[in-house]
Amino acid sequence: MSDANGTNGNGTNGTNPEKDLGASNLPGRRGDGGEEIRVQRGMFGANNGGDTSGYGGLVRSIRLPGPAARPYGGWFDEVADELEGALEEQGLVPENAIEKTIVDRDEITFHIDREHLLRVARTLRDDPALRFELCTGVSGVHYPQDKGRELHAVYHLRSITHNRLIRLEVSAPDSDPRVPSLVSVYPTNDWHERETYDFFGIVFEGHPALTRIMMPDDWQGFPQRKDYPLGGIAVEYKGAQIPAPDQRRSYS
Amino acid sequence: MTHASARETTEGTVYTVSGGDWDEVVQTAAKADDERIVVNMGPQHPSTHGVLRLILEIDGETVTEARCGIGYLHTGIEKNLEYRTWTQGTTFVTRMDYLTSFFNEAAYCLAVEKLLGIEDQIPDRATIIRVLLMELNRLSSHLVCIATGGMELGATTIMIYGFRDRELILDIYELITGLRMNHAFIRPGGLAQDLPPGAVDHIREFVKKMRKNLPEYDKLATGNPIFKARMQGVGHLDLAGSMALGATGPILRSAGLPHDLRKAQPYCGYETYDFDVPTTDTADAYGRFLIRLEEMRQSLAIVEQCLDRLQPGPVMVTDKKIAWPAQLALGPDGLGNSLDHIKKIMGTSMEALIHHFKLVTEGFRVPPGQAYAAVESPKGELGVHVVSDGGTRPYRVHYRDPSFTNLQAMAAMCEGGQVADVIVAVASIDPVMGGVDR
Amino acid sequence: MGLEEKLPSGFLLTTVEQAAGWVRKSSVFPATFGLACCAIEMMTTGAGRYDLARFGMEVFRGSPRQADLMIVAGRVSQKMAPVLRQVYDQMPNPKWVISMGVCASSGGMFNNYAIVQGVDHIVPVDIYLPGCPPRPEMLIDAILKLHQKIQSSKLGVNAEEAAREAEEAALKALPTIEMKGLLR
Repeated sequence: MSDANGTNGNGTNGTNPEKDLGASNLPGRRGDGGEEIRVQRGMFGANNGGDTSGYGGLVRSIRLPGPAARPYGGWFDEVADELEGALEEQGLVPENAIEKTIVDRDEITFHIDREHLLRVARTLRDDPALRFELCTGVSGVHYPQDKGRELHAVYHLRSITHNRLIRLEVSAPDSDPRVPSLVSVYPTNDWHERETYDFFGIVFEGHPALTRIMMPDDWQGFPQRKDYPLGGIAVEYKGAQIPAPDQRRSYS
Repeated sequence: MTHASARETTEGTVYTVSGGDWDEVVQTAAKADDERIVVNMGPQHPSTHGVLRLILEIDGETVTEARCGIGYLHTGIEKNLEYRTWTQGTTFVTRMDYLTSFFNEAAYCLAVEKLLGIEDQIPDRATIIRVLLMELNRLSSHLVCIATGGMELGATTIMIYGFRDRELILDIYELITGLRMNHAFIRPGGLAQDLPPGAVDHIREFVKKMRKNLPEYDKLATGNPIFKARMQGVGHLDLAGSMALGATGPILRSAGLPHDLRKAQPYCGYETYDFDVPTTDTADAYGRFLIRLEEMRQSLAIVEQCLDRLQPGPVMVTDKKIAWPAQLALGPDGLGNSLDHIKKIMGTSMEALIHHFKLVTEGFRVPPGQAYAAVESPKGELGVHVVSDGGTRPYRVHYRDPSFTNLQAMAAMCEGGQVADVIVAVASIDPVMGGVDR
Repeated sequence: MGLEEKLPSGFLLTTVEQAAGWVRKSSVFPATFGLACCAIEMMTTGAGRYDLARFGMEVFRGSPRQADLMIVAGRVSQKMAPVLRQVYDQMPNPKWVISMGVCASSGGMFNNYAIVQGVDHIVPVDIYLPGCPPRPEMLIDAILKLHQKIQSSKLGVNAEEAAREAEEAALKALPTIEMKGLLR
């Protein structure tokens, strides 16, 4: 089963081979060399000694889809061109602002350098050819394996004018979890950024009132980080006890 | 911002919370020689749509400042999902916004299917039933909105009417999924089960009944002078405000923009259905009420179209590595694997047994990457951001719940208005705290 | 409370107990304590089809000071817990608590950092009602069982005696993990 839907390290992760054959000359292919997010040991990914398969020595690194090469396909090129052009007009070097561009599963992701996020977002909103008016908030992701870029903030921007959706991704190291706030560009991000701060500890610089929103004000820690335990308790039955969900034997 | 004083004990840090900076706020307010007072509404208040806390600064009868306190129903669902298989995830997401269960499930499943790359393999029948359930859900959600909104205005009759009609829809849910709420019926790859015998006739009967009942809301409320006086011009939020605050759904449409993801970015084959997106240009609570009423009519039309299109066929992808539950049947002890299937895997095929065991205990693997899927829930754009690390469990699931985003508009709608209108404005946003706090 | 608590144990007290129990059970005033999904089913119970008015308790009080039954309907988060306790403390005696649904009873499927694993950590619970969410019929059943309990509740010296007995029984009770047999 892990062979069919499983993963390998060379970047063509899990795509259907037959599909790939026909798609090899099409633009927008998934690139190699994305971030390593996990190392899987053994056959079934048993996490606490449950692997009896005899494949315990198997080590595979699991990577996210890597950067894509031009052309990206569809309207993706148009957006990328417009964005780069608009940034150049403002005297910025697009390569500095846009770290990489990923095209995966018909979605385009721009990895933005955090110093340039505010400028890029403003450009995306204001440029008539881009016009991404609606920000659907920010989603934090914690990749403890991605050294130096542990905390990611992911924004989805929707253009009602052009009927498009793109994704911006910004990363910050755990030691310096600062990301500029987008509240001045998209006021809707007010609560979203507070939520991401509450759960991941990403400090959104320039936010008008960055306080906890979901957890009680005196809560310690950031509960949705990967290093924060789920916090469940063992469940007692007659004559038996099963551990909390995060303590149980599991396969990933 | 003042911090609570803290001291270390053997039990951990102990905080002394004495109202925080609210002391200062109240003192400043007391010094000012006017009628300015700070009112704390909730988190347990009959008119706040659940455990919402409103902090209102009032000058006489006028609200000068309004703030929300949320998080009283924070359930940690997004974190819990990371410890369950992809299929089990539907059981959790259905409990987020508990009035729009099917939308939560559908959005989650669309995102997982995008990650798996099986969007085009979902059987037609499954997609049509998904649309059918979602549109019924839109009806029941709007009915609760109108019912509780009416109750908060003091119109108890409309509440009884709303819950009466919602019961009819809940009967259909129960017939199809076995549950009145929290169904976990839409699964990655299709549906848990096919429609039971008699369901189509039952729904047709319901559509007929509902077409008769819907005009009653018009008679009861639409032209009612008291109702109109309480709603018109209240909770005003114009188009620019809606866009800036990211408000979607009836709030955005009441400001005149016909933005509906079912038309803009069709999913589940919505482009093939014939329906209208109602708008008004009043940008107030009354406009949102009218939009909800009209959307219910449109939903009924879509439900009818779904029924006409239903053809016999599978409701789960054919890929046996994903399709679970494969063969479910209703037994005397509830829903479970069908006895025929168990007989087959136990008696005839060792491999099938192993496969079934692995699929159930371990689940299927999803290739690494991230995806965003959005559906038009009754409240607005419901988006799901899903990240996979190639494992059998989600790496991260984030819900962009429309209630959460829309509730931010509360301050803009209420400030400068009357205290009594705060309730109307909040009711017209239709926030469900299960969705806001997750 | 009133004079009835001062009565000596005996025939008179049991008669007053029965009268007081009958009066109390016939007009229970629930406080609106809707939290999550169960709150919707609680509202449904009060609405047309299930019609809680048949049992004299369709009026959900907005203020805890006028209520004597708290139906904790839904998951109780760590942030909500102090609020819940405060509402409970504001209710006048005698008061009862129904823990509606598995989340309120035991934390249910949300075994995590955010949810209190059972509302009995915060307030004493009289009736645990399983289900996710329980059907309105189940809530009505729980309410009727609570009515029976209220009918047979004790007063004055008898109440003290009953409390002592209950405490002794609880101290002697076997922990779940040491119990044998089927779950029932």
